[in-house]
Amino acid sequence: MTQSSINWVAIDNDPRFQRLHAQKMAFLTGLMIFSLFYYFLLPIGAAYFTDIYKVKVYGVVNVGILFALSQFIVAWGIAFYYTAKAKDFDAMAAELVRDAEKIGAK
Amino acid sequence: MMTLKNKIWLAIIACVMPLVSLPAFAQGAVADKWKWLTFLVFGAIICVTMYVTYLAAKRVKTTADFYAAGGGVSGLQNGWAIAGDYLSAASFLGIAGLISLYGYDGFMYSVGWLVAYITVLLVIAEPCRNIGKYTLSDILAYRNDPKKVRIVGALSTITVSTFYLTAQMVGAGVLIKTLIGIDYEISVVCVGIVMLMYVLFGGMVATTWVQIIKAVLLVCASIVMVVMVWSQYGFLGDFLNNVVNDPKVQQRVATLLGDKAKNLSPTELGQIFLEPGLFLKVPLDQISLGMALVFGTAGMPHILMRFFTVPTAQAARKSVNWAMAIIGGFYVLTLFLGMGSAMKVGPASIAAIDAGGNMANPLLAQALGGGPDSLMGNFMMAFVAAVAFATIVAVVAGLVLAAASAMAHDLYVGVIREGHVTQEEQIKAARIATVLVGAMAIVIGISAKGQNVAHLVALAFAVASSANFPCVLMTLFWKRCNTGGIVLGMIVGTFTAIGLVMVSPNLTYPLAVKAANEKIIKAQDEKLVKLNADLVAAPVAADPLIQEKIKTEIAKAEKAKKGAADKIASFGSDTTSIMGLEKPWFELKNPGLYSIPLGFLAVIIGSLLYRDKRAEEMWDELYVRQNTGILAAKAVAH
Repeated sequence: MTQSSINWVAIDNDPRFQRLHAQKMAFLTGLMIFSLFYYFLLPIGAAYFTDIYKVKVYGVVNVGILFALSQFIVAWGIAFYYTAKAKDFDAMAAELVRDAEKIGAK
Repeated sequence: MMTLKNKIWLAIIACVMPLVSLPAFAQGAVADKWKWLTFLVFGAIICVTMYVTYLAAKRVKTTADFYAAGGGVSGLQNGWAIAGDYLSAASFLGIAGLISLYGYDGFMYSVGWLVAYITVLLVIAEPCRNIGKYTLSDILAYRNDPKKVRIVGALSTITVSTFYLTAQMVGAGVLIKTLIGIDYEISVVCVGIVMLMYVLFGGMVATTWVQIIKAVLLVCASIVMVVMVWSQYGFLGDFLNNVVNDPKVQQRVATLLGDKAKNLSPTELGQIFLEPGLFLKVPLDQISLGMALVFGTAGMPHILMRFFTVPTAQAARKSVNWAMAIIGGFYVLTLFLGMGSAMKVGPASIAAIDAGGNMANPLLAQALGGGPDSLMGNFMMAFVAAVAFATIVAVVAGLVLAAASAMAHDLYVGVIREGHVTQEEQIKAARIATVLVGAMAIVIGISAKGQNVAHLVALAFAVASSANFPCVLMTLFWKRCNTGGIVLGMIVGTFTAIGLVMVSPNLTYPLAVKAANEKIIKAQDEKLVKLNADLVAAPVAADPLIQEKIKTEIAKAEKAKKGAADKIASFGSDTTSIMGLEKPWFELKNPGLYSIPLGFLAVIIGSLLYRDKRAEEMWDELYVRQNTGILAAKAVAH
C-alpha cells in the first residue's frame, strides 16, 4: 500500500496542506462542539428545566415539542453547512492531489 | 453458475417451507383468516430480494466485491443502504411504540439516533473512506503493528456485532411470534437462513441492495400511514390538539401518573403527554445514552464498513447526507405514527398485546385500513409486518458481513496467514466465516429465547462508543497515538462497558421483579374484594348485564394475579442476578458517561507508555491521505 513515489513528509510540510489542515481542523472542531452542545441541551433541559418545556407557544404546541423538532432542523442545517464548506476543502485538496507526485520530488 | 443458481433456489424453498407448514402457528396479532396475506407479502419481498441476490452473486468475483461491493456504490445508493443498515426493528416498531405509550419522551429518545450521524459526517466518513479498505481494523492497522491491532480490532468488532446480532435475532423471534404466531425457533431459523443466502452468495453487493429495498419499503410504508393519519387528525397544530383532547391518551396519562392525576382536568392530562417526564426518569442515564449513540454509531463496524463501498470521500459525504435526510425524516414521521396509534388504537390496547409497545405500528396500519375484519386493514397490517421482517433481515445481514469480515480478513488473512493469501482463498475464507457467524447467530438466537435482551443493544453501543470510536478517532487525528494506545483503549473500553452493563439495572434482578409482582398481586386482591362486594350489592344483583361485566372484570383480575404469581414462582429461590447481585451496583442503564472517557484515557495512556517509531513515521502519510484522498482510488482497485 505504501509503495509509491509520493513524498508524504513534503506534502505535509507544504504550505497549502498546512492551510487546509488548519482551516479544516478549526472548522470541524467548532461545528462538532456546537452540535454536541445543542444536542445535549435537549436531555439536560428536559431533566432540569422541565417547566420551560411546558410553556405553550401556539395552541397546545409547547417549547419542548418545538425544541425537539428544532434538533432535526439543526442537524440537517449542520450537514448542509458542512457540505457547502467542504467544497472549499475539496478544491484545496484537489490541488494537492494534482501536484502530489511533484511535491518534494527531486 | 448453474450450481449456484440451484443452490439459491433450494435455499429459497428451504426457508419458505416452514412458513407454509401450518401446524407451527399459534395466536398472533394477525387473525388466522388473514395470515395468507402476510405470507403473500413476505413471500413477495423474499422473492424480490433473492432475485437481487442471484443477480449480485454473478458480480461477486473478488474480495473487494464481497466486502465492499467493489467500491462501486454511488453516494445516493449508499445513503439509502446506510438507512437500511441502521433503522432496525427497534426503530421502526420500538420508537413508534414508545411514543404511543409515553408521548414526548419517546420522541425525545429518537433525536439522538439522527444526531449520531453528525459525528459520522464530520470526523469519520471521509477519513475512513480515504484510508480504509474493508474493515475497521484496516484503519487501525495503517500505522500501527498490524497483527496486534487486528487482533483487538477484530475481537471488538465480533463482540459488538454479536451483541447487536443477538438482540436482533431474539427481537425477530419474538416479533414474528407476536405478529403471526409462528414458533420462536422457526422464526429465528428463517431469518438466519434468509440472511445467510444474501450474504453468502451476494456479499456486500446483495447486502447493499437488500438494505436499499428495505429502506425504500420502510419509508413508503411510513409515509402512506402518516398521510392517512394526517387526513384524519390534521397536520402539526391540529394533530397535537387532537392528541391532547383524546380520551384514550388522557386515560393513559392518568394511569401513568397514578395519584398525582387526581386534581387534573382531562385536557391537562392530555397536555402532559406532550411534556417530558413520563418515561425517562433518570437524567444522567439520558445523557449517558445520548453519548453512547452520538459516539457509538461512528464506531459501529457495520456502519463504518458501508463507507468502503463508495469510490471517493465526496461520495461518502453525499451518502451520509442522504442517510441523514432519510433517517431524520423517518424519525419525524414516527412522532405522527406513535401519537397517531395512541389516538387510533389507544395506548391500553397497544400495551395489552406487547408491553413495550412494539405492536403500535402494525395495529395502526390495521386500524387505518378499516379494522381487524377488513381486507384493506389486514393487507396494510400484513405489509407492515412484512416490512418489519425485511428490516430485521437487512440489519442482520449487515452485521453478519461485518463480523465475518473481521474473522476472515483480519484474523485469518491478516494475522494467521500474514497477508500471504490468494484471491480465491480469501473469498473462500470470507464465505466460510459468513456461514460460521450465521450459524452462530441462529444458535445464540435460539438459546437466548425468553432472555431479557434489551441490555444487548445498550452493550453494543457502549462497546462501540468506548472502544472502537476512541481508537479510530485517535489514530486518525492524534500523531502520538500508537499500537500501545489502540490495544489498551480497545481492552479498557470493551471491558469497562461490558462490566458496567453487567452490574447495571439492565439485568433481571429477581428480588425487584418479585417485589413488583407482589405489588400487582396486592393491587389485584384489593380490586377483587371490591368487585366481589359490588357483585352482591343490591342494584347490581338485579341486572344480569352489569353482573356479567363485573364477572369478566373478576376473571381478568384473577388472571393478572395468576400471571404475577407465576412470574414469582419462575425465579424459585433465586435472589440474585446472573452476576450474583441482589440489586444493581451501578445505577445507570447506559455506561457511556463513564466508559467513553475511560476509553479515551486508555488510548492516551497506552500511547504515551509505548514507543512505536513506525506509528510516528507513518503519521504524515496517514494524515495527508485522510485529508486529501491521494491514492484512495488505488486502494479500491487492488
